[in-house]
Amino acid sequence: MPELTRQQRIVLYRHMRTTRLVEEKLVALYRQGKVVGGLYRCLGQEATAVGSAFALSRGDILGPLIRNLGSVLVMGFTPRDVFAQHMGKASSPSGGKDGNLHLGRPEQGVVSAISMLGALIPVMAGVALAARMQRRNLVAMTYIGDGGTSTGPFHEGMNFAGAQRLPLVVVAENNGWAYSTPLRKQTAAKSLADRAAAYGIPAESVDGNDVLAVFEASARAVDRARAGAGPTLVEAITYRMKGHAEHDNQEYVPKQELEAWIRRDPIEAYARELGESGLVGREELAAIDREISAEVEHQADLADKDPYPAAERALEGVYAAAPITPRVAARERS
Amino acid sequence: MTVSPPPASRPSTTYVEAIREGILEEMERDDRVFLLGEDVGVYGGAFKVSEGLLARFGEERVLDTPLSETAIVGAAVGAALMGMRPVAEMQFADFFSCAFDMITNFAAKSRYRTGAGVPLVVRGPSGGGVHGGPFHSQNPEAYFAHTPGLKIVQPATAADAKGLIKAAIRDEDPVLFFEHKYLYRRVRDVLPEGDHVVPIGQAAVRRAGRDLSILTYGAMVWTALDAAATLESEGIDAEIVDLRTLLPLDEETIFASVGRTGKAIVLHEATRTGGIGAEIAARLAERCFESLDAPIVRVTAPDTPVPFSPPLEEAFLPNAEKLCKAARALAGY
Repeated sequence: MPELTRQQRIVLYRHMRTTRLVEEKLVALYRQGKVVGGLYRCLGQEATAVGSAFALSRGDILGPLIRNLGSVLVMGFTPRDVFAQHMGKASSPSGGKDGNLHLGRPEQGVVSAISMLGALIPVMAGVALAARMQRRNLVAMTYIGDGGTSTGPFHEGMNFAGAQRLPLVVVAENNGWAYSTPLRKQTAAKSLADRAAAYGIPAESVDGNDVLAVFEASARAVDRARAGAGPTLVEAITYRMKGHAEHDNQEYVPKQELEAWIRRDPIEAYARELGESGLVGREELAAIDREISAEVEHQADLADKDPYPAAERALEGVYAAAPITPRVAARERS
Repeated sequence: MTVSPPPASRPSTTYVEAIREGILEEMERDDRVFLLGEDVGVYGGAFKVSEGLLARFGEERVLDTPLSETAIVGAAVGAALMGMRPVAEMQFADFFSCAFDMITNFAAKSRYRTGAGVPLVVRGPSGGGVHGGPFHSQNPEAYFAHTPGLKIVQPATAADAKGLIKAAIRDEDPVLFFEHKYLYRRVRDVLPEGDHVVPIGQAAVRRAGRDLSILTYGAMVWTALDAAATLESEGIDAEIVDLRTLLPLDEETIFASVGRTGKAIVLHEATRTGGIGAEIAARLAERCFESLDAPIVRVTAPDTPVPFSPPLEEAFLPNAEKLCKAARALAGY
């Protein structure tokens, strides 16, 4: 795989910083009551999302989960899309029909998740299957959390992808917690990577807080898939630095453990690395941060001003044809 | 069981052959159409619906999968999102429930949530009368009729089996296609020539009658025809509406029939509570109240699992005798 250019390394930084700043703005909007429903954060997991999605090429297809804000930014969604989606606005990718990061645009190579975890694995296997039938040399990538690897659809999807040798990359984000349930209560397996052996699928574990390591492992998996060598499971070991959602103060998380991971903040670590390697100076990074911050504020403002969907939209779009409306009764009441 | 009369000139086709013929024609017409499921390729499907299709289209388009309903329907969803037209087989309709999330939460909601339609067919054999027991005899359509975004069809005749599978494959939305296994080799038709497509959403009046309407579908259409012959000899003239599509219901045909007769029996092989019959009864009460001359009657299986032993299954299933009894009481109301 080719070495990343200076420009690409800066793009990685920009995506991670944008993720962080969009999320901080979402928290502010949540506290103002402008975010509808819950807010699921990815604080501390930005490197996993950005590094993995960055390994894809134009034409590849991604199925992100709720902690993959960075991935959808890599795929070309804008902060305004994300804000509008969280605020239930008409301009959101789902038109206000779904919330949080359940966003997708087939033409943009993104398949929208459903809340039932594991479901994306067989669906993305089907995406890869179709691509092969269509003689399109593309790769499908999706995610699963540590909790999600306990579901039936995860097993069925992985097994199907293995049996069919499909061009699928599954990034297992091991962030330590499924809501309040730690990994040791989730499985007796020593790692999520170990699960892959059951499906005859190669796997590797990588430091999920090291964006370059995640990128490289993902790129190896993408290359294997594109070369026809079948699926790969990439386990990214990271940490969920917030609760399951904003309402959850994560009291169940050991303080020392959390503090140790906070010191391993993926964005700060990458900024240090860029500075120490002499590739990007501190001032340049600070300027980038200011620019992104202003842009995020601007896009949040646009989304805030976007209208809500018209109420009658609630009845539209269930079927391809016009919505089903009751027809005239045999004999109307006179 | 009434069987269509054998033809004089052209050969007739069984229900199972008609489904195969419909799939084959669609696969020839549109190279996006492919089959996937357990044992659909080399073996030709547990009921031989796809027999011969592997030889004709190759293993990429007739795909033998792992024993994995969620993976089968999930992969079909993904392929449909990519512009393919997958036809997924569940070996028995009882196993649709294994893929419940994929059907009801992924396929059914995709267009609404994201604008991306999921044109796929999930098909499989349903119904009893073959001593299949609790897990090879069910009629699970009502579970799915509660899901906006799905369409549900169940043909009663060989001609409809072909015409509806073709319509289902061409449909832009996910269609569940229930094949009554009792009918596979027991009913046959001389199929209409040419590109025979039966539109989804249209019921058919199988027998015109003045005294009461029997609204039914699947194998029960034939039970109703048997009963109607008996009732006719007793001076009761029953109209039989074959619903064909269960979601969306053809309200126009249903309401018109009940508007004419003023009396309605809803007949189905599925269990009673929350069944298709309950929905039809509710709509008749809402929309045809003033046409009704008697309470709406349901003739259904009781609220039990499908029992295995022949005398138990016979007690479970609706039949012409039970229907005649209900019809006589209704006619005399």
